[in-house]
Amino acid sequence: MGAGAGSALHLVLSGDPELFAVVRLSLEISLGATVLAALIGAPLGALIALTRFPGRGFILVLLNALMGLPPVLVGLVVYLTLSRSGPLGALGWLFTPTAMAAAQTVLVLPIIAALTRQHIEDLWSEYRDELLAMNVGRLGRVATLLWDARFSLVTTLLAGFGRAAAEVGAIIIVGGNIQGYTRTMTTAIALETSKGNLALALGLGTVLLVIIVLVNALAWAARRTGERYAT
Amino acid sequence: MNMVRMPSRGLWAALLALGAGLTGMAHADSAADNAIIVASTTSTQDSGLFEYLLPIFERRSGITVHVVAQGTGQALDTARRGDADVVFVHARDAELKFLAEGESLRRYPVMYNDFVLVGPASDPARVRGIKDAAAALRAIRNRGAVFVSRGDRSGTNLEELSLWKTAGVDIDAVRRPWYRSIGQGMGATLNFAAATGGYTLSDRATWLNFGNKGELRILVEGDRRLRNQYGVMLVNPQKHPNVHKARGQAFIDYLVSPEGQRDIASYRINGQQLFYPDAGSDE
Amino acid sequence: MPIPTTPLPITFDDVSVHAPGSRLLDGISLSLTAGEATAVIGPNGSGKTTLLRTAMGLVAPTAGHISWAAQAAAPISRMALVSQRPVMLRRSCAGNVRYALARAGLPWRQRQQRTTELLALVGLKQVAARPARRLSGGEQQRLALARALAREPQALFLDEPTSSLDPAATRDVEDLVRTIIARGVKVVLATHDLGEARRLAGKIVLLNAGSVVESGPCEDFFTAPRTAAGARFLNGELLV
Repeated sequence: MGAGAGSALHLVLSGDPELFAVVRLSLEISLGATVLAALIGAPLGALIALTRFPGRGFILVLLNALMGLPPVLVGLVVYLTLSRSGPLGALGWLFTPTAMAAAQTVLVLPIIAALTRQHIEDLWSEYRDELLAMNVGRLGRVATLLWDARFSLVTTLLAGFGRAAAEVGAIIIVGGNIQGYTRTMTTAIALETSKGNLALALGLGTVLLVIIVLVNALAWAARRTGERYAT
Repeated sequence: MNMVRMPSRGLWAALLALGAGLTGMAHADSAADNAIIVASTTSTQDSGLFEYLLPIFERRSGITVHVVAQGTGQALDTARRGDADVVFVHARDAELKFLAEGESLRRYPVMYNDFVLVGPASDPARVRGIKDAAAALRAIRNRGAVFVSRGDRSGTNLEELSLWKTAGVDIDAVRRPWYRSIGQGMGATLNFAAATGGYTLSDRATWLNFGNKGELRILVEGDRRLRNQYGVMLVNPQKHPNVHKARGQAFIDYLVSPEGQRDIASYRINGQQLFYPDAGSDE
Repeated sequence: MPIPTTPLPITFDDVSVHAPGSRLLDGISLSLTAGEATAVIGPNGSGKTTLLRTAMGLVAPTAGHISWAAQAAAPISRMALVSQRPVMLRRSCAGNVRYALARAGLPWRQRQQRTTELLALVGLKQVAARPARRLSGGEQQRLALARALAREPQALFLDEPTSSLDPAATRDVEDLVRTIIARGVKVVLATHDLGEARRLAGKIVLLNAGSVVESGPCEDFFTAPRTAAGARFLNGELLV
């Protein structure tokens, strides 16, 4: 681990442009995927929380199960979909960062939807009588719940981001791990490990770890701020 | 009591946002403008050849080369799906089959290197110095020493399988645990061999570039059968209209040109040449 | 059809509300008219909360009819309800009131001023910025009242507003209710504090097991209940 930390420090201090490019790409893809997953997943989760419809129980089970989607499976399915001989091949997204963001969006979406549903449903059971008594309409309910649950939602988003940032299986399949183009921290670690450059791989891993710790610190801060209003 | 109709407007807005976001990212990839996708092998990538060669080509032609490194079998399948413009692998029989299927119109030999049989310095099967690679494999089998196979239909894997066949060993029928087929790239296979003290077949380039040799050493080399020929092909644009024909051909032309061949020969690790150019040869 | 400007009188015509396995309200006929406050009293489980929520239009009767000013549709925007344990939104006090004002349709420019007025009315001006969930029980009850008043209701339903409060807080809340009654708002108050019913209301409705036992002017009931059950209840006996 010492060799790894030394490698990492050396990389960062020397301002290695390839390292920064790799870090930047990792963050871009994971951030982009998380934002997109949130735009769809949060309202979807809120909707499921507030609606009664036939088969709802099944949907809940499915949503929770999808949180554990194996990334390589997602990678394979997205790969076959985006392949030129696949249904969306004309988009030309295969082996580009866009495909990687798409695959990660698919992975993160169930997490955000399922956790949002949980938070919103909990808050709704609390707010229900009051909001009904205030005659708040459907859209108003969704908006109010999403806003009042915002700190929980932020921690959900950060959880989604953490999942995306640590992912490697799907993005290596759909991205191709192309040097200088679709190589992220995680795929670079995989590559350097397979080349036997273990110290370098550890170094990259250390940088990744630092980022993930920062993300978790943010999540903790958000939770603390939220508690101010919740208790 | 609290039935909520599906807010279809909201859902459509979200889907549009998704599409817009992803398309935006796609357009931000300016590198896609003048680029080709080359499906090649992990061993070629692990050798470091592309990191050396591609900047030269890109400077000259302005074409960005994106190398997707997979096993040979996988690389050819990627090309069959139309997901690559050029395929650059080292498995002659598989390449000729590809050609026969009409997936490409012409195969160009480019260069060769060789395979080496590596194993633990302690050499339990006593293969060191044996000139006949197939005989060496037979000795390993007889001894029951650990042998690690890539098992991924790569060029290296196909070479290994043909050696077993030459040695008269029906490797498919082997049930004993001395033969470990791990289905991964060259680097991972070497890692595994180093960790378990096993034998494996590797291309010399990857071996030289490999950073975790541990107790492994080259034990058998030089057999004519261990020669590893590389060929490059343009994916047939008639079968796959999306193939960037002109750019792909430009890359191939570079590889077989005198300048390209000279560049290939000048790639060295620790002063040692890895690849021997042989474009236009009749291998 | 013109939207009625007043929800009163609220008329129950043989209204029953059934839930699986129980009859919450059983054949209720009464009328809530403008003017004096009405107190709804009775033992726990007698249906007081259900009566209030039904009168507000939040619960649909399974039998019988209710009408608001002779209309079948409940004008919820003209009424307000303060629950027994009001839920504070995860915002500041001022935020809670602003939210209610926004739901009531007040233009956002006027919200800040009106919020200050309402908070002053209920005596919470100095804690305007505090998270609402950090208030004491009495303060939360008053904030809930401010939220209800933000709707400018013509009928205000209060469900046990002082049951969990100490006497000082109770007095504060009752003073507020008196102010509201004086402003012409019809207050319907569910309580099991008979003294409070007597202090605040002019009319009384005694419920037991979902049915009306007795109803009429407040003082008449307390001095001379007409029914045996009413007398027993006033006597402090359990009505089973």
